[in-house]
Amino acid sequence: MNLGISAIEYIHGIKSGSITSEEFVAKTLEHINKVEPRLHAFLSLNNNAIDQARQIDKKIKSGQNVGAFYGMPISIKDNISIKGGKTTCASKMLQNYVAPYDATVVSKLKSQDAIIIGKTNLDEFAMGVATEFSAFGPSKNPWNTDYVPGGSSGGSAVSVAGLESTLSLGSDTGGSVRNPASFCSIVGLKPTYGLVSRHGLVSYANSIEQIGPMGRRVEDVALLLNHIAGKDAHDPTTIDSKDQDYLSEINTGIVGKKIGIIKEMSSGAGLDKTVESVFKNAVAAFEKSGAIIDTVSLDMVEYTVATYYVLTTAEAGSNLSRYDNLRYGFDMDSEGYEFKSYISKARRNFGPEVTRRMILGGFVPSAGFAGKYLLKALKVKSKLKKQIQSAFSKFDFLISPTVPVLPFRFGEKIDDPLAMYLADINTVTANLTGIPAISIPYEIRDGLPVGVQIHANRLEEKQLLQAAYYLQSTTNLPEIPL
Amino acid sequence: MIGLEIHCQLTKLESKLFCTCMANYRSFEPNTNICPICMGMPGTLPRLNKKAVEKATMIAMALNCKTPQKLGFFRKNYFYPDLPKNFQITQLNLYGPTSIGEQGKISIEGKEIRIRRIQIEEDPGRLIYEGASERTAITLVDYNRAGTPLVEIVTEPDFDSPRQVRIFLNVLSDLLENLDVSDPTLEGAMRADANVSIEGGNRVEVKNIGSFHDLEKAIHFELTRQTSLKERGIEIAQETRHWDDKRKITISSRSKEEDEDYRYILEGDIPWVVMDESSLDSWRKNMPESISSKKERYVTKYGIPGQVADVLSSDKYYSDLFEQAHNETNAKEIANIITTDLMGLVDTREKREQSKLVPKHLSDLISMISTGKITKSSAKNALQEIVKTGKSVSDIVSSTGLAKISDESELGKIIDEVILQESTAVQQARENPQTINYLVGKIMQKTKGKADPTITLNLLKKKIGI
Repeated sequence: MNLGISAIEYIHGIKSGSITSEEFVAKTLEHINKVEPRLHAFLSLNNNAIDQARQIDKKIKSGQNVGAFYGMPISIKDNISIKGGKTTCASKMLQNYVAPYDATVVSKLKSQDAIIIGKTNLDEFAMGVATEFSAFGPSKNPWNTDYVPGGSSGGSAVSVAGLESTLSLGSDTGGSVRNPASFCSIVGLKPTYGLVSRHGLVSYANSIEQIGPMGRRVEDVALLLNHIAGKDAHDPTTIDSKDQDYLSEINTGIVGKKIGIIKEMSSGAGLDKTVESVFKNAVAAFEKSGAIIDTVSLDMVEYTVATYYVLTTAEAGSNLSRYDNLRYGFDMDSEGYEFKSYISKARRNFGPEVTRRMILGGFVPSAGFAGKYLLKALKVKSKLKKQIQSAFSKFDFLISPTVPVLPFRFGEKIDDPLAMYLADINTVTANLTGIPAISIPYEIRDGLPVGVQIHANRLEEKQLLQAAYYLQSTTNLPEIPL
Repeated sequence: MIGLEIHCQLTKLESKLFCTCMANYRSFEPNTNICPICMGMPGTLPRLNKKAVEKATMIAMALNCKTPQKLGFFRKNYFYPDLPKNFQITQLNLYGPTSIGEQGKISIEGKEIRIRRIQIEEDPGRLIYEGASERTAITLVDYNRAGTPLVEIVTEPDFDSPRQVRIFLNVLSDLLENLDVSDPTLEGAMRADANVSIEGGNRVEVKNIGSFHDLEKAIHFELTRQTSLKERGIEIAQETRHWDDKRKITISSRSKEEDEDYRYILEGDIPWVVMDESSLDSWRKNMPESISSKKERYVTKYGIPGQVADVLSSDKYYSDLFEQAHNETNAKEIANIITTDLMGLVDTREKREQSKLVPKHLSDLISMISTGKITKSSAKNALQEIVKTGKSVSDIVSSTGLAKISDESELGKIIDEVILQESTAVQQARENPQTINYLVGKIMQKTKGKADPTITLNLLKKKIGI
């Protein structure tokens, strides 16, 4: 049995009777047990997965209504709540926290007969680009385990690339779906802000983050998006998806569409030469698509990383302040401890990156500094939004490399936060402006994956996926050497 | 100069501000009226209670405030054990007017008090101390109240005296009750902090005041303290002081106000609420009639005296009774019976809750009086019984013999008895007919108020020959 089949192929297999959910899930778990010591994609596994698969097989055999996923194994980033299971956010602060409710995306997947195979590793509270900040140890890039898998949804990307799950849900605050998708050679989509409910997603920077689908194929990501998008009463920021079918007509092509190459993201000193050359190949492929291609300059991009870190730390400082060692991360005995020593211990269960961002988050919105940092960042954000809107009056898609650098080795950037933050330069724009963006694996160079990013205008996921599908059709990727 | 910050719970709402837990937290065992949202558990998002927006808008309208085009919510970040998220969702006019109301005014005794701002926010939980809060060994936290809807009303420093503050708070409390948004008599439903300053001195904020009665005292204390400092040439520091309930003085709180930095940021989880004209119109239409309009109607339409109309209109309990009991012909009598005979029987929250009286009792009593079946003083006696038991007026009249005595032979016997017992008074009445009322009073006493006054007087006059 080939665990590397696409989600669409899995469904065909089930429907034709050539595979059963139980067989597939059992095989997946066997494979997970084999590769996890090397990859560490998961923080916890679903002990009832095989039973659940058996139940779904029964429904299929007896001709009952079966949900769209037919018992397919799907992994979930461990900052998304599942009732009764641990949701750790890869933090010591929440290492024993059990969520009392299902996230909306989880209840949607369950109702469509997906098997939640396990919870995947991430940078603590989704802050990072390498999963090196997980309190429970990093995940490894399945293409070369000396290299980081990207982050923060690194575990999700590894689980999909490493054939440990067919699909995965990550979350993307500044590139956290697209960056690991690019580093692990899979597809990752950051939807329009509000298209997917955040109810149950543990907030980091709530005004810009989204849950995003990840898969090995563009059509798989479209299928997953079909079943998680839409308005949710539990999340007032959600918008009506009008029951769009992102999968149908995905092979329409992009003849006559206008594509803009974002100059600031596709050239310059920060861009790795290998990445640049792969991106040129992708542009050449687009040139054959019948689309019209031009270059577009968005000069605000230069300020986006600074803006992103001011806004996200301000929100993180507020969102994470509830983890104060009283209600979560509780490690005192029943006598408690003296108040002054409490203050010094309150945040000690946070790791270094969360601590760094909490300190920044206390600073940037504080009296006397808000004007210099927070309010200025908000101004840049609104200028950037205008610039993007004007670009979309001329173009259907805006493209760039997903990450300006190749996957790096463990420890290479962990002590240089500024270098690490610059890896986000091409991804944060979509979050700051609320538009959708997708990363498509394009080539493997010297054993390391390189991805290409396409942006579309707000709620234009359907044509974004059509463009991604076209680009995917021009690739010739090797099989992963597991 | 005195300014106020008043916190008022919207106690008439069903649910909390951002979740479906009960707004009425008072009847629950500690920490049972809670859910993942009001406990701020990871991944939960606030869902704004639309009714709270409606009710708070009515308050803003009643206080003549401007309503913004869109409402925004902000996070006030501070650490405190009663705050589950370590931030409070509130409103702020950081990016232009986005709180539920601003620039309002209300007039009390001819003095205009300006309202600076009204905002919607969530109440924190409650801390329960063992003994005095400064020396407590144990502090308990009850989150039942966490997330209940509050409206904060901030006035300009327009008050001249503690007395004005008291009158304002009474007017405000009547207004909130009349709008049917809050029951101010509930413990903790209305709380106020005061900003007090005198000419040439800094502003002092006084917090932790338990009751309106103490608020008046606290302001008095603070004015005296500040005046005394000024007389001795000592600078009045800008600070926050706490009211010490036991010693009835204000005490400087150690943390300086300047140190408070709430790091306000926009609450991105609640989208801007557009205040469209049609909603505002329909809310305005649904607002209960104002106290002043009621009063005017009572005076002009029914000829009820101003003072009576005042009492009736400013108390929602009385005006609701009046509205349901009266008709075109009996309005004046209904108003009278409420403000004279009923008032003493239902003047506290407890008495009102226990009272079995319904509006029909009042209209029945008035019709019994006007058809001559009972006397006014019998009606008063019947009211006591009604409030206690809720029995119908006709049942009470027949079972307790409150029916008026108008039978001349029956009355004649009683009058004869009185004439015999009161020979001196009879003599006096013959000399000075005005003193006859003494004798009538004696007859009423004997009949427990059931004697028909007109018949009694005529019969008595006849019998003693005047």
